[in-house]
Amino acid sequence: MAMTVHVDVVSAEEQIFSGLAEFVALPGEAGELGILPGHMPLLTRIRPGAVRVKVPNQDAEELVFVAGGILEVQPGLVTVLADTAIRGADLDEAKALEAKRLAEEALHNQSSKIDYAKAQAELAEAIAQIAAIQKLRKRGH
Amino acid sequence: MASGKEIRTKIKSVQNTRKITKAMEMVAASKMRKAQERMRSARPYAEKIRRLAANLSQANVTDYKHPFLVRKDEIRRVGLILVTTDKGLCGGLNTNIQRIALTAMKEWETSGVTEIRACCIGNKGLGFMQRMGARVASQVTQLGDTPHLEKMIGPVKIMLDAFQNGELDAVYIAYTRFINTMKQEPVLEQLLPLTGEKLGTPETSWDYLYEPDPQVVIDEMLVRYVEALVYQAVAENMASEQSARMVAMKAASDNAKNVIGELQLVYNKTRQAAITKELSEIVGGAAAV
Repeated sequence: MAMTVHVDVVSAEEQIFSGLAEFVALPGEAGELGILPGHMPLLTRIRPGAVRVKVPNQDAEELVFVAGGILEVQPGLVTVLADTAIRGADLDEAKALEAKRLAEEALHNQSSKIDYAKAQAELAEAIAQIAAIQKLRKRGH
Repeated sequence: MASGKEIRTKIKSVQNTRKITKAMEMVAASKMRKAQERMRSARPYAEKIRRLAANLSQANVTDYKHPFLVRKDEIRRVGLILVTTDKGLCGGLNTNIQRIALTAMKEWETSGVTEIRACCIGNKGLGFMQRMGARVASQVTQLGDTPHLEKMIGPVKIMLDAFQNGELDAVYIAYTRFINTMKQEPVLEQLLPLTGEKLGTPETSWDYLYEPDPQVVIDEMLVRYVEALVYQAVAENMASEQSARMVAMKAASDNAKNVIGELQLVYNKTRQAAITKELSEIVGGAAAV
């Protein structure tokens, strides 16, 4: 029997692949990587691309597309921590700015929110008054 | 006593309310299953990256110590990530988490914290923080039923950057932990600096080969780790939300059922009283003739 290594491909949202493999190929930060059982411990970033897993007793390779992530190789265990989204410093920065902008916008609109709460309180008061009047009327009849 | 017609309309309206709460209960029940499933499917990643982070925090490959791992002696400025739901009608879920957040903020203020920065995930927490007048540094709302990590990257990054630049001394996260369908627990946890107890002890002591270099990989890995923690919190919060809503709506349906029963009783009594009155009037009239 050919030598195998356990491979896990997981993303923050789900487990994508888990099982034994004879060979794993994936796009590493510094170039295409091929990992065979017995590879030395390695930690590297991976670029967006396809992870190919050669499963024993199966002709076709398992193909998993990842949007980047981190590869960890331990003796006897290969783990691909896949990203769910394409990441990049600029993209992350843009997202951060967007979140900040939303927060600031909400801060500017604060006055309207307070008015809304005030209106709601007034409405509740009015409803209570109407209910009281109705009760009094019923008692009167 | 109210007339028969009035009671009938009242019964009708309570019945309609019950229909709605019943429908919401069933919707929440089906969403709850999916939310729990998502929460579970996020676990393998969280577990793996935690182990990796534990290994790395102990490995002294270089002199490099990531800021996330450095403990500050004095906590002066605190960041709080508050995870709440977007919608209401889920029992005391949001109130409980807000109370925890409020208690913590008060405590911080008395212990000499000068600045509190908030990051709000979910509408309810945002409204709460604004009412409180806290400084909201970032926010994300309208997450929908499926939490996506993509949406959380931005708001979380603001807190991480602030911590990394030394603008914050500690970052906490408040969310509702899912225990089971009937029980959810509001918790406040320290997110940054990463504590040893949370990471656990590393089981291995081998050194990795780093590509391109240790610092870059460790940086990226730790950011991913913190994001995974936040994602996990949000996923748990969503499962909690749906369970709490299901329970709240079930209670509302049951209450509506009781109210209908009581009203029906009153209605029957009124009707009987009216019939009796009419009969006695007829009998009285006949006797008079």
